[in-house]
Amino acid sequence: MSIRRRTILAAAAGLPAAGMFAGQATAQQRFNSMYVFVPAGPGGGWDGLGRAIEQASRAAGMVGSFQFENVGGAGGAVGLPRFVSQRRGRGDAIMVSGAVMVGALITNRTPVGLKDVTPIARMTTEPGVIVVPASSDLRTLQDFLNALRANPGGVAVGGGSAGGIDHITLGLLLKSLGKNAREASYVAFAGGGPAQAAILGSQVRAGISGISEFAEQIKAGRMRALATTGDRRSLDDVPTLKESGIDIVIGNWRGVFGAPGINANQRQALVDWMTALHASSQWREILQRQGWDDAFLAGPAFEDFLRKDQADTEQVLRDIGLAS
Amino acid sequence: MDALSGLAMGFGHALSLANLGWALLGCFLGTAIGVLPGIGPALTIALLLPITFSVNATGAFILFCGVFYGAMYGGSTTSILLNTPGESGSIITSLEGAKMARHGRAGPALATSAIGSFVAGTVGTLGIAFLGPVVVDLALQLGPAEYFSLMVLCFVTVSAVLGGSALRGLTSLFFGLLLGLVGIDLQTGQPRLTFGIPELLDGVNVVLVAVALFAVGETLYLAWRHVEGKAEVLPVGSIMMSKSDLKRSFWPWIRGAGLGFPFGVMPAGGTEMPTMLSYYVERKLARPEAQKEFGTTGAIEGVAGPEAANNAAAAGILVPMLTLGLPTSATAAIMLSAFQSYGIQPGPLLFTSQAELVWTLIASLFLANVMLVVLNLPLVGLWARILKIPQPQLYAGILVFATIGTYGISNSVVDLFLLYGIGIIAMFMRRFDFPVAPVVIGMILGPMAEQAMRQALTISQGDWATFVTRPVSLCILLVALAALAGPRLYAAWLRRVAASRPIGS
Repeated sequence: MSIRRRTILAAAAGLPAAGMFAGQATAQQRFNSMYVFVPAGPGGGWDGLGRAIEQASRAAGMVGSFQFENVGGAGGAVGLPRFVSQRRGRGDAIMVSGAVMVGALITNRTPVGLKDVTPIARMTTEPGVIVVPASSDLRTLQDFLNALRANPGGVAVGGGSAGGIDHITLGLLLKSLGKNAREASYVAFAGGGPAQAAILGSQVRAGISGISEFAEQIKAGRMRALATTGDRRSLDDVPTLKESGIDIVIGNWRGVFGAPGINANQRQALVDWMTALHASSQWREILQRQGWDDAFLAGPAFEDFLRKDQADTEQVLRDIGLAS
Repeated sequence: MDALSGLAMGFGHALSLANLGWALLGCFLGTAIGVLPGIGPALTIALLLPITFSVNATGAFILFCGVFYGAMYGGSTTSILLNTPGESGSIITSLEGAKMARHGRAGPALATSAIGSFVAGTVGTLGIAFLGPVVVDLALQLGPAEYFSLMVLCFVTVSAVLGGSALRGLTSLFFGLLLGLVGIDLQTGQPRLTFGIPELLDGVNVVLVAVALFAVGETLYLAWRHVEGKAEVLPVGSIMMSKSDLKRSFWPWIRGAGLGFPFGVMPAGGTEMPTMLSYYVERKLARPEAQKEFGTTGAIEGVAGPEAANNAAAAGILVPMLTLGLPTSATAAIMLSAFQSYGIQPGPLLFTSQAELVWTLIASLFLANVMLVVLNLPLVGLWARILKIPQPQLYAGILVFATIGTYGISNSVVDLFLLYGIGIIAMFMRRFDFPVAPVVIGMILGPMAEQAMRQALTISQGDWATFVTRPVSLCILLVALAALAGPRLYAAWLRRVAASRPIGS
């Protein structure tokens, strides 16, 4: 379809113009085709980032065609080994992944890890939010922290799967209060729906999850947000943990990885592509529309961040008792 | 806006030619993917997501809901004809449905499931329109403790499928519980029984196990025990439901729909539990002459009830999505992400902020239901003719179909090994008279019950009394106790009366 349109355009503009057009297109186009591996089912956060990269890259003419593969399960631990074994040395393949996989790989104790793939860039992040049911007697973050300090086991906190970012956030909070993270009374739910239902029905005292999960319930007044976990405020009248004097900044970051065993040039080409994509107007538009926070970090800086994130995550999981 | 004027407006919008077209396309697609094992409505809608860039929101959601309802209709077709359930909600349907088909009653079985789906779908959609917000607030009062008690109640239903020997039946149940343990434990994130195979981290798919137990196991068993020179063609029999079929199906439809809808609304309910309970209820309530058909030639009550429960639950799942923005199933989660790509924030305000969209959607659910029954009833004759294929070819076809469907679930070779491994186990189970249904029940209920129990105990800080101090939980446990002990006590009482009578007379 797009090829035919291009031919018609070229024919209409005449031969010299057609040559110019083709020259421009090759100068812009970085890859003829790109294979995108999503280690999660269609429709989730990683899939969304992958499709957004496709949309913006095609609109900007950076990549000719895209091919997607989704292999979901276990926070990405099912898909990762397949990407590693099937795409070794291929410069035209990327995997979309993020913070969830860092934790999942540690608790699952899988032999294949993020060390086996090539970090390219961090693209977005989503801060977490601590909420209570609207009817709760915990009015402020201070109330919540006081309750935790008095009896951590008595404050049942609901969130996503054990060892995930929600759980890690609670562990960090307890640690900052000088408590043992193992005392946490964390209730893991399979997916956002059941977790939200448990909070709305006051089955648990509080909940922690990504801000997009709870945003509508907060807006409708069914949940009260006590604090967000980002660097700056995500909701205008809700403080961050940092400004409340707790030194915790944590978010669900998502990014792009290359195949294992690619050479420096192939790697640089992928980094350049992501850098150009990030600078494009199409990307800004997508960030705006999806409400994603820009967290661009590429190359060695991303690698450093990843190393630190892995070490921190492992430490907290060990404190909680989910990693040895 | 009250429900009636909302519905009137909704029908006004839904009855446009374009929207009817979307509904028809959705129903058609949904029926097709429901027939194929492996590809479910969630995956299909996810693959259709790109159309949200070019189609307006109303059209897209009508299409999605058509796919969702259609898959529920289509799922029963292969359960009945080929003993190969397409999704977890129609596993129970295949228990009696496949037996009916083997005994020349494929037509009535397919017809009762199509009409039952229509009745239940209509009841469920009425529920969405008039009861939605009320029911969902009640459902939110249920916590993990209540869910655990509900699952205990569902375990009672195992007794209906145990077969002649309780020891064999319970062995099957524990095999199912064992399979349910495979994968990452939700409460600790630790892998269990995965033996270092990454494909097992996400657990074993229950549809895969059902297909392996029912279809592959039966095929292998027949191949093993096949007597040379005896090639029979299965009888197809009458396509239409007789008057007595209708009479026997009516109350199961209503009871199934009544059971299914509330379970669908519950945030951790799902479609499997009500089908099990419905099967149990119908088996217990059936007349003595129908009782004999259960587990032998196939009883129509055992198809009508669970199939209705499945469809009503599917409608119920839309309630928390539309009223609270809660995605309580994979399909609902994908639909919510479609809302977001239109810039519509699904949440508690959806009914007021997007009234037009929501009511058009509900109206189109009614229309989809009518379309589906019109689409599916004439197909019954066509589907039933599949059974005219000579047995060796038919079973070979079933094997191919099951293999492709299983590979389609995750594109993983490990799944194929599991399919045939479990299929071979099922072959021996059949040979030595172990019932296979308890395996599936154990596998569905085991993990759900375990998670609910541990969630409840975490919340109560390890206090087991939480299951009996919460009133709703206690009531459900008492019902379970009555269901388990009641029939035995009643039988004992009858014996005593019978024993004392001769002396008195």
